[in-house]
Amino acid sequence: MIVSIASGKGGTGKTSVAVNMALSIGNVQLLDCDVEEPNAHLFLDPKIDQTYPVTVSVPLIKEELCDHCGKCGDFCQYNALFVGSDKVLAFPELCHSCGGCVLVCPKKAIVEDKHRIGNLLLGSAGSLELIYGELEVGEPMAVPIIREVKKHIKRGKNVILDSPPGTSCPVIQTISGSDYCVLVTEPTPFGLHDLKIICQVLDKMKIPSGVVVNRAGIGDTKIYEYCKEKGLPILLEIPYQRQIAELYSRGIPFSLEMTEWKTKFQNLFNNIARMTGK
Amino acid sequence: MKQLTVLSGKGGTGKTTITASFAVLARNAILADCDVDAPDLHMLLHPQIIETKEFKGSKLAVINDTKCAGCGLCREKCSFGAIAEDIKVDPFACEGCGVCTIVCPLDAIILTEKISGHAYISKTKYGFMSHALLCPGESNSGKLVTLVRQNAKMLAEKEHTDLILIDGSPGIGCPVIASVTGVDAALVVTEPTMSGIHDLERILRLLKHFDVQPFVCINMHNINRENTARIEDFCVKNGINVVGKIPFNQIVTEAMVCGKTVVEYSPQNEVSKEIRDMWDITRRDLQLNGD
Repeated sequence: MIVSIASGKGGTGKTSVAVNMALSIGNVQLLDCDVEEPNAHLFLDPKIDQTYPVTVSVPLIKEELCDHCGKCGDFCQYNALFVGSDKVLAFPELCHSCGGCVLVCPKKAIVEDKHRIGNLLLGSAGSLELIYGELEVGEPMAVPIIREVKKHIKRGKNVILDSPPGTSCPVIQTISGSDYCVLVTEPTPFGLHDLKIICQVLDKMKIPSGVVVNRAGIGDTKIYEYCKEKGLPILLEIPYQRQIAELYSRGIPFSLEMTEWKTKFQNLFNNIARMTGK
Repeated sequence: MKQLTVLSGKGGTGKTTITASFAVLARNAILADCDVDAPDLHMLLHPQIIETKEFKGSKLAVINDTKCAGCGLCREKCSFGAIAEDIKVDPFACEGCGVCTIVCPLDAIILTEKISGHAYISKTKYGFMSHALLCPGESNSGKLVTLVRQNAKMLAEKEHTDLILIDGSPGIGCPVIASVTGVDAALVVTEPTMSGIHDLERILRLLKHFDVQPFVCINMHNINRENTARIEDFCVKNGINVVGKIPFNQIVTEAMVCGKTVVEYSPQNEVSKEIRDMWDITRRDLQLNGD
């Protein structure tokens, strides 16, 4: 079963839910897909067994063959190629690696070159398998690294995907193919607003979902009204507690110190398994 | 004219809370919400939309079923796995590159422009605002951020304002890069947690990479004083100015629930006081005219 943890708004507690749930169940793979700001490893102190670079294909121009016809520049939808009268400029950070320029060049003057955009790390913390990516600072495109992280999903494992915040392409790349999506939110106007947006994404993608209300007790109750109206189940409430916030600030998964939460996270996972029939 | 972007790396550290209060204190800055996939600034500043424009940021492959013979060449050449076995385009996976249109032997595929969001120009009590909303699940948020910034710049020139105040998004990827390139300074709002520190370090490297002057604000500094000290040490060693330390206080959430900026909701509160001090330091450093 593949469960993704998303939120819309940032800082609502996605990683906290993902890590605590992963630590409470067995046979688990945790994939941190927030490759711009990966944090799950900070809570797990994993042993890293393997690190490898993630590269994407970008165009390399063989100037000796190029006659500057401009077809590659016209074709590229991402403005990654600029064809001047005697030189072609390539902008690898804008390239989406579609390979189109190589196909359209009549002189075969473009070949694919490799451009490193980040790293992939494979490790473990006890029996928990951790996989995460790290986007190189200054590189704009997270999606190819997320794609690489997800290649390590093993069948038969309980897979937990920690999503980046937001509702655009990196989130879509993370949650697509999930059996269920857990939406972590907080009972505030910002939390509700961004929950509504991510719910529209999930509706379009036809992924079933439920809500974890974090910092329950702060803010207002409109989130509960919305969930009721939408028929979204409230899977778990995590109250706003000084102890939880402190443990979080120190990088300690709170279910390790407040052991009653281990059962709650197990129940959360089992509930999802029951709902998805997996 | 100066441009200041409020950022964080990690989400939920208080970017929008700070930006909204700065908007009040700055008086007549041009405001730009560059978090286009989960924008929240409007909930505190209540803009009235004057102008709406469609944003056509990306394209989508459309297959003409009557022409298609189902050879599967498009599927084979697609780098994004966006064409399913039954030769249907997955609109979420398609990045609109157009490779399928050139490999199709029957010319059965075309690229169509799609509306992937809306850009707005609005009026608020505190000044004009440029903002946008990406359609849920769309790509190319970086391009939409660029459009929001262009609109903000146009407004600033028209109104002769000396500041564009930009609310950024979490992360360090394309929308964030689009919101910091060419700005005069960035205020990074962080929190004294392990995640906050980790993400602060990465966003500061990003700002260095793009040669943008950083300021740091430690929000909720009293939830972990040890980590706050670590952040301060780190900033001192790297010559970065910590312009404010805001205590944790329920008032921030209360103000949000009322749809108000904290400096207006509770001007005497310790949080408001800290934000005002921070604004003064930032304003002076940017050499903005105060009154």
